[in-house]
Amino acid sequence: MERTTLDLWVGIFVVAGIAALVGLALKVGNLSTYNMSETYQLSAYFSNIGGLKAQASIKSAGVLVGRVSGITLDTGRYEAKVTMSIDKRYQFPRDTFANILTAGLLGEQYIGLVPGGDTQLLQAGEVVSKTQSAVVLEDLIGKFLYSKAEEPAK
Amino acid sequence: MAIDKHLRSIGARVVDAVWRTGYATRFFALILIHSGTSFRRFRLTVKELFSSGVMSLIIILVAGTFVGMVLGLQGYETLKRYGSESALGSLVALSLVRELGPVLAALLFASRAGSAMTAEIGLMKATEQISAMEMMAVNPIARVVAPRFWAGVISLPLLSALFSAMGVFGGYVVGVVLIGVDEGSFWSQMQGAVDFQHDVLNGVLKSLVFGVAVTAIALFEGYDAPPTAEGVSGATTRTVVQSSLAILILDFILTAFMFRGN
Amino acid sequence: MSLSASALVEIRDVNFAYAKRSILKGINMTFPKGKVIAVMGGSGCGKTTLLRLIGGALKPTTGSIKVDGQTIHGLDQQGLYAIRRKMGMLFQFGALFTDMSVFDNVAFQMREHTNLPEEIIHDLVLMKLHAVGLRGTHELMPAELSGGMARRVALARTVALDPMLIMYDEPFAGLDPISLSVVGNLIRSLNDALGATSIVVTHDVQESLKIVDYNYFIADGVIIAEGTPDEVRASDKPFVHQFVHGEMDGPVPFHYPGGDYRQDLHLRT
Repeated sequence: MERTTLDLWVGIFVVAGIAALVGLALKVGNLSTYNMSETYQLSAYFSNIGGLKAQASIKSAGVLVGRVSGITLDTGRYEAKVTMSIDKRYQFPRDTFANILTAGLLGEQYIGLVPGGDTQLLQAGEVVSKTQSAVVLEDLIGKFLYSKAEEPAK
Repeated sequence: MAIDKHLRSIGARVVDAVWRTGYATRFFALILIHSGTSFRRFRLTVKELFSSGVMSLIIILVAGTFVGMVLGLQGYETLKRYGSESALGSLVALSLVRELGPVLAALLFASRAGSAMTAEIGLMKATEQISAMEMMAVNPIARVVAPRFWAGVISLPLLSALFSAMGVFGGYVVGVVLIGVDEGSFWSQMQGAVDFQHDVLNGVLKSLVFGVAVTAIALFEGYDAPPTAEGVSGATTRTVVQSSLAILILDFILTAFMFRGN
Repeated sequence: MSLSASALVEIRDVNFAYAKRSILKGINMTFPKGKVIAVMGGSGCGKTTLLRLIGGALKPTTGSIKVDGQTIHGLDQQGLYAIRRKMGMLFQFGALFTDMSVFDNVAFQMREHTNLPEEIIHDLVLMKLHAVGLRGTHELMPAELSGGMARRVALARTVALDPMLIMYDEPFAGLDPISLSVVGNLIRSLNDALGATSIVVTHDVQESLKIVDYNYFIADGVIIAEGTPDEVRASDKPFVHQFVHGEMDGPVPFHYPGGDYRQDLHLRT
């Protein structure tokens, strides 16, 4: 085969392959929405995080505002310490509520931020004090069974 | 007497396997040592990129599209039961990017390009072309083997990206165009579920590892093939069998490391 | 003919064995500069092994092989490659690179080992191909050539860098009578034109006796006869006589050693 034809085909192949990769990154992956290069850190303590994982999304009013960057157990309080990377564009008041919620009945868990009415804003590195832990399905079922057992038999 | 004979044959097999492993490792090390030529004279590698990459394009594109279409159909049927058809996009994309893209592209690459490499090198050896090159003071590992190795290692990640992209397209055609899943939720669910670093880059990493494994096996089998017609055909079969097994085993190991606990 | 005067290749007391199978036993040979020398013997007598030893592809078990004053099996890879650039070897079936054109085959060593500009390589390749009478084939692929033509292209490739030593492994195998004498004459004329030394390993006695200066006969790993073509033709040694005249039975038996024929057929006596 002619040298130039061969070069042309190899060129087409490499460009198409790289284009596919970039396409996967932008169109399929979340690289386009993920470029929150400017973030600030907040943390929050939860008595139980359920199935929350690192990289889980943080939403406010359904809008993605950040990601969970780390989860550790604070052995001083025996509570889970969740660090969150929040997009710099979004600021939240001091009395913001952080809830661990579930997408759908069995979906992924994420953190929902519900802003309060405070005029002062949370600064980088501060702690969100008002939190609500994950609803653990087993506990719910346990409570339900317990209350059923309390009912007098007919 | 009979036990003695069996023990001896087991022993011989073990010794043989150990010897071959060592020989293959040495061969792999030689490829890496003599890789300079592949990049100094990149033209040699470009030629091999054509025969391993470009020649595998058609099969990869067609197979990718159809696998994506099947995923779209089957995924829709299953998700419908739980009323979550909108998750079709994430199902198709995640299965392709994490598993099916790298693995199926590598399996197809092994039988399309890997077997061709083995046969080519085996025949070059059988017709004394390798010896002739050595007698001309040209190192055949540097001149013949290493460019093929690097071409394979470069080709496979690109091919598997193309496979996944065509698969997503196929899933889109079946899911959105034919069945009528909402286009917006198809893409947004997909983007919500697929993480660039965690899913896309790990998929690329997998196909890089598969590329190294498949080409190294194919080249070793070709170089080690007995210089006869049966020898070369046997080596070609071994390439396909061994590299397919290697892909699946490596896939399990890599998956266990990459996607566990998240 | 004084053989030790200016020898290009000297083989002294060489033994060679694959595992336990002994191939060559105490071989002594001298290949003087400028001569064409044939090494003859039946199939599987170790002739090809001898060429591989001279080329440094194999190492002798004992003894020494010197090429141009250098002990070939004492060289490291670089030294070996350096001396191989001065050697050419024609393989049994040519061993042309099947994925390259005739032109690229002949140009191969020039491109690998020299920094010559492409225009000069072009002219050199055509000159080499012209010398073997195949200038018109330079655009063809090896698969498009006949056996005899492929052998001649391989010959052009072998002498591409004007080697001082040319080795031929069965250059006459599988050729028709015309190609046979063409190749035979080319071996002689190229050797004389280049001032090289040629070693021809063959079992084609009649063809090689026409072109060579000296002959060695090998059987069972030892040299059993040697001499000029005239001496060989006149020889009354039983093996040489059988070999030269192609007789069926003689010192080389027709039957491979086996058990008693009657017993093998289970005949009762």
